[in-house]
Amino acid sequence: MSSSAAVGIGYEGQEQKDGASRETQLPLWEVFTQKDGGAPHEHAGSVHAADAEMALQNARDVYGRRGNVVSMWVVPSALITASPSDEAGPFFDPGAEKIYRHPQFYKIPRGLKGF
Amino acid sequence: MNPVRRKDVSSTSQASPASSIAFEYLLRLGDDRLVLGHRLSEWCGHGPILEEDIALANIALDLIGQASLYLKLAGETEGKGRSEDALAYFREATDFRNVQMVELPKGDYGFTIVRQFFFDVFSYHLLEQLQKSSNSELAGIAAKGFKEVRYHVRHSSEWVVRLGDGTEESHARAQKAVNELWRFTGEMFAADDVDREMATAGIGTDPSALKSRWEAVVKDVLSRATLTIPDEPYAMTGGRMGRHTEYLGHMLSDMQIVARSHPGAEW
Amino acid sequence: MDQQARNTTDEALNAAFEARIAAGETIEPKDWMPERYRTQLIRMMSQHAHSEIVGMLPEGNWITRAPSLKRKMVLLSKVQDEAGHGLYIYCGTETLGVDRAELVDQLLTGKAKYSSIFNYPTLSWADMGVIGWFVDGAAIVNQTVLAKASYGPYARAMIRICKEENFHKKQGYEIIATLAKGTPAQKAMAQDAVNRWWWPSLMMLGPSDTNSPNTAELMRWRVKRKTNDELRQRFIDLTVPQADAVGLTLPDPHLKFNPETEHYDFGEIDWDEFWQVVKGNGPCNRERLQARRDAHENGRWVREAAEAYAAKHAPSAQSSAA
Repeated sequence: MSSSAAVGIGYEGQEQKDGASRETQLPLWEVFTQKDGGAPHEHAGSVHAADAEMALQNARDVYGRRGNVVSMWVVPSALITASPSDEAGPFFDPGAEKIYRHPQFYKIPRGLKGF
Repeated sequence: MNPVRRKDVSSTSQASPASSIAFEYLLRLGDDRLVLGHRLSEWCGHGPILEEDIALANIALDLIGQASLYLKLAGETEGKGRSEDALAYFREATDFRNVQMVELPKGDYGFTIVRQFFFDVFSYHLLEQLQKSSNSELAGIAAKGFKEVRYHVRHSSEWVVRLGDGTEESHARAQKAVNELWRFTGEMFAADDVDREMATAGIGTDPSALKSRWEAVVKDVLSRATLTIPDEPYAMTGGRMGRHTEYLGHMLSDMQIVARSHPGAEW
Repeated sequence: MDQQARNTTDEALNAAFEARIAAGETIEPKDWMPERYRTQLIRMMSQHAHSEIVGMLPEGNWITRAPSLKRKMVLLSKVQDEAGHGLYIYCGTETLGVDRAELVDQLLTGKAKYSSIFNYPTLSWADMGVIGWFVDGAAIVNQTVLAKASYGPYARAMIRICKEENFHKKQGYEIIATLAKGTPAQKAMAQDAVNRWWWPSLMMLGPSDTNSPNTAELMRWRVKRKTNDELRQRFIDLTVPQADAVGLTLPDPHLKFNPETEHYDFGEIDWDEFWQVVKGNGPCNRERLQARRDAHENGRWVREAAEAYAAKHAPSAQSSAA
């Protein structure tokens, strides 16, 4: 069903480049949309963008294209604080958490492999 | 479009333009958007980031949709039974009436964005006027386009600023695009008898009247983008008369090949 | 905590997790999950997303040549939708702790897989019809069950996708139906496209169950609901009457309705071809990947510009947030 390309030859992925700046697909933003009729804003999904203006435009293109959206909020994913998971047992930090298991949220020193 | 059909029936002092004039005018509106939409669609699957693939496809769809409406109206006005598809797929390059700027190859992303920006600001001001056309069909098509162009100009202008005021490389590429495109922008505002007759009849709008507003917006955005305007007073023209660059012929070869290979077929 | 205590805890956590799955519960990003569940989901979801993105290319190949304005717009919409679907699923994958940049890198370096079907070339306008009909048709058979996948973000992405997918298959079949009742040249074009895409579409649904080691575990975890063979049979049963209805033949002399099983019997699939394509020797493997690499490389300066601008103009409040 799936192809892995044996044509990886000759293409330098991120790891092979010398420690220079890591590639990004731009930061992640969460999108909330409001349908008409006084409904609350609901989480619609995420987009990548470098800043708020572009995040809003991208969110409209991706989540507002089919109409029925009268208002949109975008928030950098990193700025959202989530309640701790219910399952958090004694071995987990009971404090506030990030919404995803997201690598962006954790500062990993550059050049460290295996992350 | 029946050139005589107007909202304001009390006015008798304005002569209604011949349908051949109206036909020319509508082709210009349609061809600008068809050719530009087609160029934008070439990016699909090849954009710099997924979100831009989606954004450009949106704009391309809006433009081709608008083009379809203008060309349909054009065919009806001409009165020879040509549909929007007949006009799009079975005219020669010398019969197209778009400005040369929109037929230029897409270039790099900077070229595409700057070209889009120059057109969007023009289209914004044009449609703002055209939606008041005394011809209700044309007014309707323009009103729909005006809603859409507001998003287009927001997208292209914000990207012009980001590319101009981004990295050294993006600045250089954006400036190169401005330098190459500037001499093509004049054609958008060059008015001729077709424009004047349509404007006099209250149906169309005189593009030369839009130039100062266009320049004000463009100068403001380019300045925010730290880009300069080249000292280039010469304006390339000819597209409105069917005198195009060599690029259009190749573009149409691609666009029209399947339709022309099966004349009369339905799709 | 000593190793023995750790093992007991892991066992307990695993048991609780399996119980949640069995009870039909939805697993969310912050819930405890076995590392293997996480990695399998990253693999499945990113493969799905990569397929959407690479899938834009064979169809994108005909946007500029679409023979009517309506078809041009519909095709452009469809390809745009595919970009959107890829985006939804990449975003869903990111909830599991991997950045999209890394996923893109995996695709471009050849480490990650995507659906083999997109390594075939689109050679005529009729291919646009057949891709919608067969390829989206096969995908839909799989997709509706994924809308109930155990992993929340995947299920939610799939619900959105299923809503949008309806028109994809329909418009493909409509293109074919129009060609099939058109001129002789159009009908021949349609039949030729059918002949080229039928077997690769059957292969797209994956190797036979005996050769599919991941299936059992993925089914237990409710991210796969039917076996490849079941999906393939369902696709064939749906499609044969559709081909009959438009007067086109499917290139399989063994295709025959079996009144006992109430399914269509069909001929042997050439799995050699399938494995060659998977290995990288399909007609377009290199071209597809090269196109994605080119887009990525050519776009680097644009992404960097966007970041540079944002950094220059970041409001001070935001820069202290991270």
